[in-house]
Amino acid sequence: MKTFCSVWLLLSVVELSPAPPASQEPPLACRGAADPAPPQPETAEDMASTGDLEPTHYPARRAAQVALHYLNTHHGSPFRVFGLQQVHKASAEDVEAGGRKYKLDFSVTDWASGSAGPALRCSADVLFPRTERHSAPDVKLRCEALQQINRTAQEEEAFYQKHITPDSAVSARDIPDSYGNMSEEMQPFWRLARVAASFIMLRESSENTEFNMAQVASVTQQESSEEQLMLEFVVLLHDLPSQEIVQWKLLASWSPDRGVRVLQTEWQPRCPHATKPPN
Amino acid sequence: LSFFLLLATALNSALLPSSGNQVLRIHVESEDHIQALKELEEDLDFWTHGFSTERPIDIRVPHTSLSAVKDFLKKNNVPFTVMINNVQELLDRETAEMVSNAKMERSTKSFNFAAYHDLETLYSFMDTLVASHPNLITKVHIGNSYENRPMYALKFSTGGVSRPAIWVDAGIHSREWVTQASAAWIANQIASNYGVDPSVTSLLGQMDIYLMIVTNPDGYVFTHTDNRMWRKTRSVNSGSSCRGVDPNRNWDAGFGGPGASKDPCSESYHGPYANSEVEVKNVVDLIMGHGNFKSFISIHSYSQLLMYPYGYTCTDIPDKSELHSVGTAAIKELTSLYNTIYQVGSICKIIYQASGGSIDWTYNIGIKYSFAFELRDTGYYGFLLPANQIIPTAEETWLGLKYIMEYVRNHPY
Repeated sequence: MKTFCSVWLLLSVVELSPAPPASQEPPLACRGAADPAPPQPETAEDMASTGDLEPTHYPARRAAQVALHYLNTHHGSPFRVFGLQQVHKASAEDVEAGGRKYKLDFSVTDWASGSAGPALRCSADVLFPRTERHSAPDVKLRCEALQQINRTAQEEEAFYQKHITPDSAVSARDIPDSYGNMSEEMQPFWRLARVAASFIMLRESSENTEFNMAQVASVTQQESSEEQLMLEFVVLLHDLPSQEIVQWKLLASWSPDRGVRVLQTEWQPRCPHATKPPN
Repeated sequence: LSFFLLLATALNSALLPSSGNQVLRIHVESEDHIQALKELEEDLDFWTHGFSTERPIDIRVPHTSLSAVKDFLKKNNVPFTVMINNVQELLDRETAEMVSNAKMERSTKSFNFAAYHDLETLYSFMDTLVASHPNLITKVHIGNSYENRPMYALKFSTGGVSRPAIWVDAGIHSREWVTQASAAWIANQIASNYGVDPSVTSLLGQMDIYLMIVTNPDGYVFTHTDNRMWRKTRSVNSGSSCRGVDPNRNWDAGFGGPGASKDPCSESYHGPYANSEVEVKNVVDLIMGHGNFKSFISIHSYSQLLMYPYGYTCTDIPDKSELHSVGTAAIKELTSLYNTIYQVGSICKIIYQASGGSIDWTYNIGIKYSFAFELRDTGYYGFLLPANQIIPTAEETWLGLKYIMEYVRNHPY
């Protein structure tokens, strides 16, 4: 039993767009919560969820979070992660190909500055396909004044120069720790993990999920390649509706010029008899 | 003039310990007396301010200037009596009392509310809180957990028999650490506010508060020893290697319906039957046995929400309007402190459909003012909220909670 649980799944190289593959199957011996995003039965509101939506209710909020994941994959950095401030307006309609399209009007902030920070107004179309096997939502996003927000170019460059050197070998666990502590030095790595995790959260999202990153279980710097910082992360994602903690291992690259790219992802299923996910 | 010189030097030594100091009570009878005293006021320690012939004036006189002052008063024909013969003695007695109070309070004051503590420390905190407020708080042993740990609720009561009561629980989901931490702060806040804050004092004059700081002790210990992300109880599930039941899917309200899992390995596993979890059964038994709860408030994290029933169905409760407006007003109080934004709504509509939840059950048995909080934050740190946010979270939550409690007090049913 135990040996099964310590065998890695084979990696598959994942390119980010256009058609990302769905999650791999867990090894037979490790069937825990079988699906990282277990589907939920539709509620009365889901059925009626065509036309205007209550902005504070979950259908609108989940769609907005998906738009946020998309925003972070494109504009997140070691010094910027966006968070949802408020949904102003939302509506949904069924579309021909079979799926539901949400139209959203919402505000985001740089998460580190909290709701006090300057807010950016955004609008998005989020399309959740209704296919037999899960496929990623499609997002079209417009945010005003995105170019005008404080560029963190200086910090990014300094961070890049510090860690692109051959002798940089960053390695850390549990960020933040159980008590919410995160050193100043680790913060850019946490943000990078959060941005990289956004690629996964975006891909895995449906109308029945609401993902956040619960913790960075580990970060291990790999040998730099093509002038990109290479980082291997193990992240714990939290899905609100199912309350499941889902573990993913991923390989990401970053540079100030190219931004964050996710090169490999691997779902690490929970083994029922283990209290901690296998290492 | 020479008098004031004498006084000046005497006052320098007023910084020394007050052995032999006295408090003189002056009975002012005329304008002349008042004038004379005004000369003294600048230099001496007056315990009663505002001069009139109608009230006596007390002045604390250092030992070294006693004779000078007494001579001055006699010379001006100002009658006086010696009030406190030896201030030092009085101060000593006061100090002794303070030291012993401080020892009690030091244990609660030395309890670091801005930190996360293990179960033993939290239980020890409860004991010192009870010991320093013996006429207000008792520790109620409501039963034991699956792994046989005692479950304690703090009962705040000023007397009566089975007064209408308010229930507040925290930490039913063990990984939500800011809830147990906030509840400890709130317990201390209620204790300190009693007799000081008119609203809390009046509330406790009519109602009892039951506050359960750690509602899932087995889970809480497990988050310290093994898995910080553990949510459920630690019961053994027969036929499965996975342990634990989601204690907030285990109540008898829409039990087993949508929004709970029948897979023991799931975080939202509802358990084999309603109240299968002893942690839940203990609370149910207390509520039923008491019979006079008017409000039931369960504290969770994270998402920054204040919710009312139902979770198991999206159908509105009959009291939806009232609960929604109470919630909205409570959140206004909460937000006023640090601008933390909360949303209000029914569980099913605002977060997700979830069956077998506690506040659905309490609402259905007639406890109208049933609410659930989801505290900070909105997903940035999530369960791992930094300790420096504990007190701000507790402070703002307390404002919201207080509003609800006051509303319950003002709307008996």
